[in-house]
Amino acid sequence: MNPSIHMTAYLPNIVFAILLSLGIGFFVKNVKKLTRNIKLGRDVDVSDNKPQRWKNMARIALGQTKMVVRPIAGLMHVIVYVGFIIINIEVLEIILDGLLGTHRIFAPLGAFYDFLIGSFEILAFLVIVAVLVFWMRRNIIRLQRFIKPEMTGWPKKDANWILYIELILMLLFLTMNGADYQLQQLNTEYYVKAGAFPVSQYVALLFEGLSIPTLIIIERAAWWIHILGILAFLNYLYYSKHLHILLAFPNTYYGKLTPQGEFNNIESVTNEVKLMMDPSADPFAATSDTEAEPEKFGASDVMDLNWVQLLNAYTCTECGRCTSECPANQTGKKLSPRKIMMDTRDRLEEVGKNMDANNGEFVPDGKQLLDDYISREELWACTTCNACVEACPVSIDPLSIIVEMRRFLVMEQSAAPSDLNNMMSNIENNGAPWPYNQMDRLNWVNE
Amino acid sequence: MSEALKVKTMEQFLAEGKQPEILFWVGSAGSYDDRAKKISRAFVKILNKANVDFAVLGAEESCTGDVAKRAGNEFLFQMQAMMNIEVLNGYEIKRIVTCDPHSFNTLKNEYPGLGGNYEVFHHTQFIKQLIDSGRLSLEAQVYKEKRVTFHDPCYLGRANSVFDAPRELLKKTNANVIEMKRHKKTALCCGAGGAQMFKEPEKGDMDINVLRTKEALETNPNIIATGCPYCNTMMTDGIKAHEKEDSVTVLDVAELIANSI
Repeated sequence: MNPSIHMTAYLPNIVFAILLSLGIGFFVKNVKKLTRNIKLGRDVDVSDNKPQRWKNMARIALGQTKMVVRPIAGLMHVIVYVGFIIINIEVLEIILDGLLGTHRIFAPLGAFYDFLIGSFEILAFLVIVAVLVFWMRRNIIRLQRFIKPEMTGWPKKDANWILYIELILMLLFLTMNGADYQLQQLNTEYYVKAGAFPVSQYVALLFEGLSIPTLIIIERAAWWIHILGILAFLNYLYYSKHLHILLAFPNTYYGKLTPQGEFNNIESVTNEVKLMMDPSADPFAATSDTEAEPEKFGASDVMDLNWVQLLNAYTCTECGRCTSECPANQTGKKLSPRKIMMDTRDRLEEVGKNMDANNGEFVPDGKQLLDDYISREELWACTTCNACVEACPVSIDPLSIIVEMRRFLVMEQSAAPSDLNNMMSNIENNGAPWPYNQMDRLNWVNE
Repeated sequence: MSEALKVKTMEQFLAEGKQPEILFWVGSAGSYDDRAKKISRAFVKILNKANVDFAVLGAEESCTGDVAKRAGNEFLFQMQAMMNIEVLNGYEIKRIVTCDPHSFNTLKNEYPGLGGNYEVFHHTQFIKQLIDSGRLSLEAQVYKEKRVTFHDPCYLGRANSVFDAPRELLKKTNANVIEMKRHKKTALCCGAGGAQMFKEPEKGDMDINVLRTKEALETNPNIIATGCPYCNTMMTDGIKAHEKEDSVTVLDVAELIANSI
């Protein structure tokens, strides 16, 4: 046999293998970058209560329990989510076919294969419906939470791009099946009679009368563009809010387990306060096991936040449920919990790019999360009511970032609003936020 | 309330060599704020009626530090917390009840990490126990057929999942309890939390308490019930903003119960 003919026969497999490795390779590179950036955060111990954490992940991420709090968006999302997961079984077949040069390698499964392909088709159709509803909610109905100030520019485009890509992928999948079905009907060699086509049989009507070579071109083109689209989409994730499809799982696992009202006590403060209250304590004994440099209190930049908070930022899919529940935002204040998360991610990305450009070292750029991204006005508008935390379908805690930044303003900069400074000096002097004498604490009994 | 209240301090208990059944943590609002003082008195009236052997710290009580912590002043919070814990542990306090959800949250969740471990109750939980165990019974029917809506304090409801105790108490007064559209986990804040009580709000197009009272007024209530002195102030001001102070009253759950015994 002529070796060059031999090579040509395997060309599609080789091209496919190369593109597949490139697609996965770039994705792995981005995951490494993502992990590095998240690890820039301070350490936090989240190794406790593993059973509860797995349960939360199963319930909230896998089970979508918090999505369905809003029934319409919730139901649509469950469709797209289930569609995404189930249709990925088909992607497995496509990858195997691509590598091995087979066609519908799972076809020998017989009736079960028919059931699988039939289900994929119905799901694909439902996904198309859901994606159209999502698109209308954003662009025609223009729901409040999708048109807030932080949703202009890239976030708006990103959201629509995701919908377009999903729509195109589903249409390609159905086109591919429709052409395949038509080819099967024409007893085309190589196109084994397999699968059920409850949706694409109607797509096939469009192909009636087309010649076999034309149909093969349509089928092959749809097949290639579909799988290349999926690889491209995989690599789009890192740049997009769509990263939540992966990070929702670790994020719900590492989510807060304590009551929402419980804020962490800063340990280094505890050590110092104990020292102040106990005159007999040896100041050197207490500091010996801590770092030489005094710890910075609170956060002015992303590196001062803990890594779970940074994971939160990458997980945020900008749905805006937090912002739509925020009392400050509803009454026209600048604060938007979603913007807190978006700013944190944007700044973290900026820091990451700075490191990429400087051999992995961060070179101070004269910017920080505070003021350059998140203003003091936003931070002081928060009532710490936890409505944002409650609303998040993937256990993000914007409130913890707000509090961490207030801590920096108050403890490192003494930059609280003057009313709050008065309140705090009252507590220091009288043990109450108002200027009353502590000896009068029991006067109410006899009034 | 003109009748004399029986209130003993921990110091007195110690002098008698006795330990109280529970400590009533009055809180700064309950001690100094004119409106909140009435809530403290109403709660004590209930405790007296049920013959609860309770104590207060009086001049030995100091701010929990909650508001300093929410404002970002962790130092001040921990100073306050450790001073209070020293006093509480010195008296070997095991159980605490308070009318303030902010004190409730801090004492219950944030003091344990600093060495203060107590069983902490919100007053609505404690009153419910008194009724359930037969120590307290409601005889008057002052609120029968009255329309009452309950505003969930954030630090009681969402923050600590206490939703039922205040509602069950309201039902025991035979009031007609009507829920606002947003209640329990999705209740809107009154606007006072996170140290907002002590500062002017940021620029916006409305005050939060005005929005929340609007939601409460949509239930067409006679009474807006709360379980927090700060919510009480905010809702009362909100009612005034809507010029409804003549037809709608803001009361603490403890006041409804105290008026029904």
